[in-house]
Amino acid sequence: MNPVALYNHDAPISAAQQHQFDPYEMNGGSSLVIKGADYCLIASDTRQSDGYKINSRYVPKAFKLTETAVLATSGFSADGLALFKKLSQNLEWYKHAHDKVMSTPAIAQMLSNTLYYKRFFPYYTFCLLGGIDEQGRGVSYSYDPLGSYGAEPYKSVGHKNQQGVQRTDMSLDTAISIAKDAFTSASERDI
Amino acid sequence: MDHFSQGNINYPPQPRSDAFSDPTTQTLNPIVVGSSVLAIKYKDGVMLAADTLASFGSLARFRDCERLYRVGDFTVLGASGDISDFQYTTHLLDTLVVEEYYTNDGHVLKPPNIYEYLSRLTYGKRNKFDPLLNSYVIGGFDGGEGFLGYVGHLGTSYQSSTIATGIGAHIAQPILRKVVEGRENTITEEEAIQVLEDCEKILYCRDGRSLNYYQRAKITAQGVEISGPHKVEGDWQYGVKFGKYGNFK
Amino acid sequence: MVTRLEQPRGGFNFDNFQRNVSLEQKGIRIPKPIKTGTTIAAIIYKDGVCLGADTRATSGPIVADKNCAKIHYLAPNIYCCGAGTAADTEFTTALISSQLELHRLTTGRQTRLSTARSMLCQMLFKYQGHVSAALIIGGYDVNGPNLYSVMPHGSVDNVPFMTMGSGSLAAMAVFERSWRKDLERQEAIDLVKDAIDAGIFNDLGSGSNVDINVIEKDKVDIYRNYYKPNERAPKEKVYKFKRGTTPILKESIKDILVITEGVEAMDIS
Repeated sequence: MNPVALYNHDAPISAAQQHQFDPYEMNGGSSLVIKGADYCLIASDTRQSDGYKINSRYVPKAFKLTETAVLATSGFSADGLALFKKLSQNLEWYKHAHDKVMSTPAIAQMLSNTLYYKRFFPYYTFCLLGGIDEQGRGVSYSYDPLGSYGAEPYKSVGHKNQQGVQRTDMSLDTAISIAKDAFTSASERDI
Repeated sequence: MDHFSQGNINYPPQPRSDAFSDPTTQTLNPIVVGSSVLAIKYKDGVMLAADTLASFGSLARFRDCERLYRVGDFTVLGASGDISDFQYTTHLLDTLVVEEYYTNDGHVLKPPNIYEYLSRLTYGKRNKFDPLLNSYVIGGFDGGEGFLGYVGHLGTSYQSSTIATGIGAHIAQPILRKVVEGRENTITEEEAIQVLEDCEKILYCRDGRSLNYYQRAKITAQGVEISGPHKVEGDWQYGVKFGKYGNFK
Repeated sequence: MVTRLEQPRGGFNFDNFQRNVSLEQKGIRIPKPIKTGTTIAAIIYKDGVCLGADTRATSGPIVADKNCAKIHYLAPNIYCCGAGTAADTEFTTALISSQLELHRLTTGRQTRLSTARSMLCQMLFKYQGHVSAALIIGGYDVNGPNLYSVMPHGSVDNVPFMTMGSGSLAAMAVFERSWRKDLERQEAIDLVKDAIDAGIFNDLGSGSNVDINVIEKDKVDIYRNYYKPNERAPKEKVYKFKRGTTPILKESIKDILVITEGVEAMDIS
């Protein structure tokens, strides 16, 4: 057999090398927010992981923005930190420009805008914003990485067959206990 | 891409397939790389260790590569990953230290400043899709206690009492955590040296891109001390002693 | 014109694998198997072997089973730790253990480790790595205590200590640091426990409890949940629904008809 016939001279010598770089990483994390009549509870775990390995068991990912607003993030940790730094800077500028601290509902809108500003290279962060509004009521908002957001993330719906349930306001102590139980339960089934 | 293939007086003919024919100009693949960096906090401050091998693929290319670098008076930077990117970073940091020195305002760069700078640098470069392909460990002494931080190639950062990069994160970190966690303020210098040496030995046995020579850095209230290369003895005798090893009885 | 379909002439057939790849490319979702993202470890000590395993089974990021058993029975004197796809480790060990039982009935002799090892590695090699089972076989036979590791593609190693699974590096680091020849029984158990413990706390694919299995000459001790470092703290609240949560829309009570059993005289009139 002619050895030259083994080679197909029309075929490229080697396929084009794809240079790809993944700018994202998933560092995990869970956060929750419970709002009450006059309070808002925000909780986050503090593990930072990468794949199957634990980077650190104590890296907080809930950040204080103002005296009445807290941002909880999860997803890509570096994006979460950058987002927090950006918001903090904007809040500082706002304070100097208007001589007042931005209200929590206004921060909620600003966070949405900040996320959507990076629509085509998004912050890979899943945000929760919790705090107190100007009337002293608890408020909470949840976001997708692109900036779509909504208030009342934990409104319960569909209690058609639970007419016997008494719907009462939850005390802060109860909320804290439920938050703790939620995290211990989550850690049983999330790796 | 056909770069000047005809050639002219200024540009001689170039081969059709060369470094310029890549679609991008960023370095997205590390070339000469260093393996793990290990670091722990102990009683007097922070201690780091890194072997002195720089590999070129599967070739042990440079056996005397120093991957621990002093920055200012109280910080050591350790790096795994691309050596050229690391040396570029050390150049940036040197420039920064000199600038700070010239400012002459009594302020010098402290470990947390360098940690923050590196995390912004790596995050900024990843945003430009031109990443620095390193994992950095920043060990230092500040405000009467040790400082230990990690910065990854995407800008991910964290502080911890034990840090290991590369495959050391899988192999050495469990041991470092077991020995150090909760005992940061009681571990003596001798114990710290011992656990790092144990880990370097294990890495020499189990990391195919490692070497039996390593450097050690100690950062305490007295400042920075980088020592070595120290040699570790690998133990390959267990199979021979055991007799049955590799023999399908 | 008559087309003649060619019959395959012997050899292995991986048509189904090709079929699955093409189905997947067409967008059909292949069900995701449960993996035992695992730490398993074993050592030989003075009088026998000690096998250990964590008890977490995962499906992606979800814990599928908090307390599964990963140390499988092969023969009365041989046990086997399994890492990889849960179904593969369970069915390969079950299949081989049944073949070994028949083999014992035929030969009338105690099963040797090398027999189990050969059968397992030949099966895994036949499936060219598609059966994803990474195994550590440990036991005691006429040659004394012995340990084999079998990789999913069928390669075998005969070793004094071995770890496998996603936590194998953490566990191996513990062995490399503290292993020595001719450990005492309790020292061996402690070392294997520490190795699995390192996997549980440093590898997210491993978790929950430590199972230990000790095999000596004519003696097997199974310590299921030998060590439980992750006991769940009691919940602060009770989340039961109160009586009356579900409304009663309709109520009907019926008398229960009681049938008593007994012998009835036959009507012979």
